[in-house]
Amino acid sequence: MSGRSDRIVPLAVKIVVSGGLGVGKTTFIGAVSEIEPLDTEAAITEVSVGVDSLVGVESKTTTTVALDFGRITLDPTIALYLFGTPGQDRFSFLWDDLVEGALGTVVLADTRRIEDCFPAVDYFEAQGAPFVLAVNCFDGAERFDVEEVREALSLGADVPVLECDARERGSVRDVLGALMDRVIGVRTQTARRRPAMAR
Amino acid sequence: MSGRPPSEETTFVRPFIMTGGRAEPLQAGLRLETLVVAVGPPDESLAFERRHIVAVCERPMTVAEVAQRVGVPLGVAKVLISDLVVAGRLACRQPAELPLQMLERIRDHVRAL
Repeated sequence: MSGRSDRIVPLAVKIVVSGGLGVGKTTFIGAVSEIEPLDTEAAITEVSVGVDSLVGVESKTTTTVALDFGRITLDPTIALYLFGTPGQDRFSFLWDDLVEGALGTVVLADTRRIEDCFPAVDYFEAQGAPFVLAVNCFDGAERFDVEEVREALSLGADVPVLECDARERGSVRDVLGALMDRVIGVRTQTARRRPAMAR
Repeated sequence: MSGRPPSEETTFVRPFIMTGGRAEPLQAGLRLETLVVAVGPPDESLAFERRHIVAVCERPMTVAEVAQRVGVPLGVAKVLISDLVVAGRLACRQPAELPLQMLERIRDHVRAL
């Protein structure tokens, strides 16, 4: 399997972007991705803004193929992939595949429909994988203090909660940076705990 | 059955036809972001999707990208890719847990986006 490993194969890492239907996952990914979403993703995007007429047979080929993802070449040897979880419940079986091996997850929330991110929060808490909660600030939506959001979702004090604008590259960058800090923080804690457990 | 005219969409091939009826990859552990690369050029011994996959993997490509480019569902791509890896037509490399310095490097790059 390691044949021809002398060939330089860059490293591919991934971050998962999750949250409820229409919360801005595709927008978030698109704000930093260097690849254009392909046609197959159109169906999912359409669905994610609330057009639910696709439920059923129409999804036969396109939506099962469709993966909402973006790529960022961090340097010549590292490519970062952002994978969006499908917003609809009927695709939740895909989550395990998406999450396996991920560095961490960004859970996007919309304060107008905060409950939409409950399934994602529950899932990633249960996984024990590092995640941050990013409140996508929609125009016209009432602003809440991030601590109020934390409380509403009963998030632990160690889970970063921050505001973002999924349309803004700089804002998305800050969220991803916060996630990486969290990933590193979790890793460092685990490393510290390990020798103690060995005793 | 025999007298029936061909349906409008004759190009649609059922996913299980492509995989020979299998749903589980021969090789477990292929992730969406696993990079696969062709060991050699596609040749006559490969047909249809398998040949297409080897052609697409001329340079390293993630499993997710292969599925998208070849236009097959992810589960099908995994089965076909794993077949090709086992047959020695594709090479894949799965990184183990990333060292802390690598995570820090990724963070620094992300912060600089």
